[in-house]
Amino acid sequence: MSKKSLLARNNDLANTERQLEILSNGLFADGELPTFAKKIAVTNQFPLRPKKLEILQINLGYMCNQVCVHCHVDAGPDRKEIMTKETMQECLDVIKKTGAHTLDLTGGAPEMNPNFRWFVEEAGKAGINDFIVRSNLTIIRANKKYHDLPTFFKKHRIHVVSSMPHWTRGKTDKQRGDGVFDKSIKALQELNAVGYGMPSSNLKLDLVYNPSGAFLPGDQLALENDFKKALREEFDIHFHNLFAITNLPISRFLDYLIASENYEDYMISLVDAYNPEAVKNVMCTNTISVSWDGWLYDCDFNQMLNLKVASKVQHISEYNEELLQNRNIIINQHCYGCTAGSGSSCQGVVA
Amino acid sequence: MSKIYYDPADLRKFGNITDWNEELGNKFFDYYGKVFEEGALTAREKSLIALAVAHTEQCPYCIDAYTKDGLQRGITKEEMMEAVHVGAAIKSGATLVHGVQMMNKVNKLEM
Repeated sequence: MSKKSLLARNNDLANTERQLEILSNGLFADGELPTFAKKIAVTNQFPLRPKKLEILQINLGYMCNQVCVHCHVDAGPDRKEIMTKETMQECLDVIKKTGAHTLDLTGGAPEMNPNFRWFVEEAGKAGINDFIVRSNLTIIRANKKYHDLPTFFKKHRIHVVSSMPHWTRGKTDKQRGDGVFDKSIKALQELNAVGYGMPSSNLKLDLVYNPSGAFLPGDQLALENDFKKALREEFDIHFHNLFAITNLPISRFLDYLIASENYEDYMISLVDAYNPEAVKNVMCTNTISVSWDGWLYDCDFNQMLNLKVASKVQHISEYNEELLQNRNIIINQHCYGCTAGSGSSCQGVVA
Repeated sequence: MSKIYYDPADLRKFGNITDWNEELGNKFFDYYGKVFEEGALTAREKSLIALAVAHTEQCPYCIDAYTKDGLQRGITKEEMMEAVHVGAAIKSGATLVHGVQMMNKVNKLEM
């Protein structure tokens, strides 16, 4: 497993234009598979338009202590792009006036941003009650300065959403790196110890499952039951819900698909599993994604493909919700990842 | 016409069998779908049985399909391999149990 990002490796796919070219060529250029735009037009869902804004998803930076094989952010220790305090201040100004009720903090490892705690405290003061932090778990064990994160999360009643690809060590470490499973188990036990994830607790701890390979996630509820049983029986770990998320064919997962000669079959699987019901609730319809440097996107995936919102307003410094809500959502073939089967979003299935 | 007997891309065309007999094709797929629903056995258990039978039937399409199905369900490769051994054990057992027939015949024919 490479310990470096695509960017640090000077990989061709670090170039987002190259990724978009791949996504539009081959099967889609031949007409063997319909483009996403054509597919959603069949059910009169083109152009895709936003519904009520509910979630501001802010990416605090691409720096991460892990280098997961499937990472759509191409995050890692070598990524130095992190949100400055000035941009955070601009986000806080928006938080004060937005209609969104949820602040979803993501990364990289959002906790690695040196102003992470300050930002959470200020956002709390600005009126956000519903916080989500997408934590990779191992960060809690990565360094002494992060050991008290569970109590910090608890103090601010943050909803913790953590990645866990499987309940076995082998599958977890293969996707996320050697030793990740043991550290994740320890972190989950520490979160449980302060009350997170316990059956009647309102300190929410959810897990994110994404497949460790070129296949789609199975039934979310069945997987949740299997995860719960295995983690409880073996490690006495509790959590609330499991979100099954489909890997989108971009960035490092795209690199993996191509290198393993799974790209075409994977795209066929996504298109075959297309579900128009899922299109109705894809997350780009209720979310705005903000990058570390303040640019606005329809979702975190579009952010990673550098597809900014199709609006006069493209930066947090000029944020205008009314103008933004009146936009067409930018789509491309990677969107099939969010509409396959029961659909996929940062909150799991959507249909 | 393809020059090979098995083309992985043909699995995706399985549904086309209804083109030449819609009624029977649809009846089959309805039945098939129903069989794999949760029942007295879980869908997970049925997936593992299907994988074992796919091997004893030596159906490459079914092996592809139920290996992927197993991965999607979070079934581990250890579980999959054990299922294949169950199929193999029944296959070899079925061969060997006929050895009794051979022994009976020998015992009857030999002085």
